[in-house]
Amino acid sequence: MKFPLYLDYSATTPVDPRVAEKMCACLTPDGVFGNPASRSHPFGWEAEKLVDQARADVAALVNANPKEIVWTSGATESDNLAIKGAAHFYQKKGKHIITLKTEHKAVLDTCRQLEREGFEVSYLDVRDDGLLDLDAFRDAIREDTILASVMHVNNEIGVIQDIESIGNICRENKIIFHVDAAQSPGKVEIDLERLPVDLMSFSAHKIYGPKGIGALYVQRKPRVRIEAQMHGGGHERGMRSGTLATHQIVGMGEAFRIAREEMASENERLFALRQRLWDGFKDMEEVYINGDLEHRIAGNLNVSFNFVEGESLMMALKDMAVSSGSACTSASLEPSYVLRALGRSDELAHSSLRFTMGRFTTAEEVDYVIAEVRKQVERLRELSPLWDMFKDGVDLSTVQWAAH
Amino acid sequence: MAYSDKVIDHYENPRNVGTLDKDDLNVGTGMVGAPACGDVMRLQIQVNEQGVIEDAKFKTYGCGSAIASSSLLTEWVKGKTLDEAQQIKNTEIAEELALPPVKVHCSVLAEDAIKAAVEDLRKKRPSEDAA
Repeated sequence: MKFPLYLDYSATTPVDPRVAEKMCACLTPDGVFGNPASRSHPFGWEAEKLVDQARADVAALVNANPKEIVWTSGATESDNLAIKGAAHFYQKKGKHIITLKTEHKAVLDTCRQLEREGFEVSYLDVRDDGLLDLDAFRDAIREDTILASVMHVNNEIGVIQDIESIGNICRENKIIFHVDAAQSPGKVEIDLERLPVDLMSFSAHKIYGPKGIGALYVQRKPRVRIEAQMHGGGHERGMRSGTLATHQIVGMGEAFRIAREEMASENERLFALRQRLWDGFKDMEEVYINGDLEHRIAGNLNVSFNFVEGESLMMALKDMAVSSGSACTSASLEPSYVLRALGRSDELAHSSLRFTMGRFTTAEEVDYVIAEVRKQVERLRELSPLWDMFKDGVDLSTVQWAAH
Repeated sequence: MAYSDKVIDHYENPRNVGTLDKDDLNVGTGMVGAPACGDVMRLQIQVNEQGVIEDAKFKTYGCGSAIASSSLLTEWVKGKTLDEAQQIKNTEIAEELALPPVKVHCSVLAEDAIKAAVEDLRKKRPSEDAA
C-alpha cells in the first residue's frame, strides 16, 4: 500500500496514465500543438481532428450527438453557461427558476447571482434520503417558471436523482431542464437521446481526466438556446469563445472513452468495495449512513460516527485522505448544508466522513481503512463527554446546551 | 490546514483525560459548548483544603484544536489557586498552541470551561469566596 491512501475521488481523481500519455502528445514541437481553429495548414487540421475525436468520445459515453457538446473550462463554467445562458435567453417568458438546496455551489451561487439580476429562485428541500420529492417539484412550478436545475449525482452523499421523471415534468410544463452531471459520467448510465434533458454539465477531472476542462451538452432537437457568457472568436458555434485547449480536450475525450469501456466492470468492483467498507462499520454503535444507499453511486459512502467530531477524526486518520461535512473543515464554521438539507441534526453533520473510492482503490486499502477508523473512533469516543453521557443513558436532546 | 506541533502533540497524547466525581464537594465541573456547534468541553477540577487545584480532568468533543486547548488547560491549572486559574486568558492558550484565527474560538471555549468549573466549585464551597 502507498501512503497516504486516497479516498477522496469525489473531490478529484488522478489522471489515468493512458490519458496523460495522449495529452502529452499535444504539447511539444513534435506533437500536435497547432491551434484547432487554424484552417490554413496541417498543424491546425491535425489538432482539429483530435478535438473532433474527443468530442465524439465524450458524446458517445452519454449517447449524444457530438455537435451537442460545447467545451468549457469545467463543470462550474458549464453550470454558469447553462443557467445564466438559458435564463438570459428565455427571460421574456418568465423569471422564475427552480433548483435544490443540495446542489453544488456552482449552481447555487449562479442562481444567487440571477436573483440579484431580478430573477426569482425556489430552492427546494429534499427528502431525508437526499432525493427530490416529485410532487414537491410539481408544486413549485409556476406560470413564469422558465428553468429547472437539478444535479444528477450529489457530490457529498452520492445519491442519484431521478432526472428522467423530473425531466418529463419539465417537458410537460415547457421548462428548460439543466442537469449538473459533474459526478455521474462513468458511474451512472446516461442516455441523452432518451433522457428529457436540455442542458447537462460535465467535468473531466472527476473521471480520471485533467482539471481545467469540461463540457456542456446543449440539445439540438428540440433546439435549446443559451446566451454566451464568454465573447470572442466565436468558437463552439458562438456559445463559448476561446482557443480550444487541445491537450485538455484530448484528455477529457480519452477519459470518457476509457470510462465507456470499463464502466460496467469498474462499478461492479467499486460496489463490492463499498459493501466491504460498510460491512466493516455497520456493527459499530451509533453509525449512520447519510443519504439513500440504493440510489447511489457505487464508490460513495458517507457515514456519521455519532459523538465524534469529523475534523478531529480526519486528523486522527492522518495516513488517509477523506473529507468531512464537519464545520471545522470550512472557514464558515457551518456544518455541511447538504447534510442539513436531509434533516440530519447538526451533531450528525459535524460527525460525518465521506469516503469516495475509485479506479485505484484496493480491497487491502479498504481493510486498512476499516481497522484504522474503528480504532480512532473508539479512541475519540473515550475522549468525548457526549459519549459518556450517551453511555449513562442521558438523552442529549433534552440537555440545555450553552450554544456559542 | 496544517496544525502546529503543539496542537498535534496534545491531540495525539492528550493529558489528563478522564472524569472526576461530580458530586464530590471538592470537585468543580464546567461543561461548555454545544453538540450542534461542533464542540463540547467538560473540564473538572479538584481542590485541596487550601483551595489549590491538585487535579484536573477533561473530556472534549470537537476538533483537534479544541481537544488540544482543553488538554493544555488541565496542565496549566494544576497547582494554581481558584483565583489564579480564573485569570487564564484564551489569548494565552491560543498563543501557546499557535491557533489560527479560525480556531481561536476553541481557546475561548477553554477559558469558559475553567470559569464554569470554578464557579461550580464556589457554589459547592461558599467558603472559597473568602479564600
